[in-house]
Amino acid sequence: MSASNFVDRFRNGLWYENPGLVQLLGLCPLLAVTSTFVNGLGLGIATLAVLMASNALVSATRRWIQPQIRIPIYVLIIASLVTCIELIFKAWFPALDRSLGIFIPLIVTNCAIVARAEVFASKNPVASSILDGFVMGSGFALLLMVIGLIRELVGHGSIMSRMDMLFGGDAMRGIVLTDGGWLLAILPPGAFFSLALAIALKNAIDKQ
Amino acid sequence: MNSVVKSGITLAVIAGLCTALVALTYTATAARIEANEQAWLERSLQPALSGLFFDSGVTESMMTIPPPHDLPGSEAAIVYRVYAEDTPVAALFVVSARDGYAGPIRVLVGIDVSGAVTGVHVLEHRETPGLGDRVESGKSDWVHQFDGRSLVDPEPAGWAIKRDGGQFDQLTGASVTPRAIVKAIRDTLLYFEAHREEVFVALQEEVE
Repeated sequence: MSASNFVDRFRNGLWYENPGLVQLLGLCPLLAVTSTFVNGLGLGIATLAVLMASNALVSATRRWIQPQIRIPIYVLIIASLVTCIELIFKAWFPALDRSLGIFIPLIVTNCAIVARAEVFASKNPVASSILDGFVMGSGFALLLMVIGLIRELVGHGSIMSRMDMLFGGDAMRGIVLTDGGWLLAILPPGAFFSLALAIALKNAIDKQ
Repeated sequence: MNSVVKSGITLAVIAGLCTALVALTYTATAARIEANEQAWLERSLQPALSGLFFDSGVTESMMTIPPPHDLPGSEAAIVYRVYAEDTPVAALFVVSARDGYAGPIRVLVGIDVSGAVTGVHVLEHRETPGLGDRVESGKSDWVHQFDGRSLVDPEPAGWAIKRDGGQFDQLTGASVTPRAIVKAIRDTLLYFEAHREEVFVALQEEVE
């Protein structure tokens, strides 16, 4: 793979074909968990890991899978990987697992994952598929983090609070700017507003 | 080979591999997950244990009170019994306040043998972020106003929020959540007063 091709893949995953911003895939977790930065980061990492592993497995088995049963096989692979990730979160990041709750098992239903399996991994070699999982997963994770950051800043008046849920140790309050904030941002409508603003901003930048 | 049979075999092999992957992850994480659950339980009981002298294992002393019972909530309630040299010190109740703003609120209420509250801690709730969620001990001092209070301080009639003519503070912008919790604590105190013997006697039987 040439260097420019490599850069293009990153550009696509993070910007031009961003799963959340452009393809609008995986909106349910995106809207539900992004009330704080650490939640967005946690779910972003989990989704990224599942996407890379599922792309790798789908790509590795692509020669033996008959086209008519490919979808049940993708579902099987993705569901097993998500179960593993859930167990790993429960074992190493229990606080984050509690905070994300049902949304870790629900990664199974993130269409971004089965979409990459179908569109990319089933037709490409393993290394290339893992890279695809990485760039697409990073695009999704970055969007989760940006929206989490904005909603936490506006809604709680803090930046990166409770990072201890990832790194362990005592409860960290992060950078506290004001005590409390504009409540709407952390309620569900705030998620829609933030996502709409992010999409509008991206479109405005693209138009220039 | 018949394509249906071939598809079936492929599916079975992949299902077997996926199950093996999950089983492997489970084996690798089971011990850690159990330790985390135990640590979480101990940490969540801590707010009701501080300042008590005891020498018994608290989590092992769990007893479930199946419904119907006079405690708040319609599901089984949980009691942990605290002992010092086989003399009862306190009982920690985990009950559900059913009349919160959004779904049941799981509350831990610690009561010492004399009937005074040792500590209250909200374990689980789905109240509005920024309003009702200030009943959490991390977010405001609200729950600490119950420390040391009992059914003589104030009398049961005084166990209500100030807006309802009682003695306890509500929260600005949220009175449903505090009202539900005050009522749950009062009902737990009344239950303890009526059933004190049973709560502790049951443990002594288990010990012997």
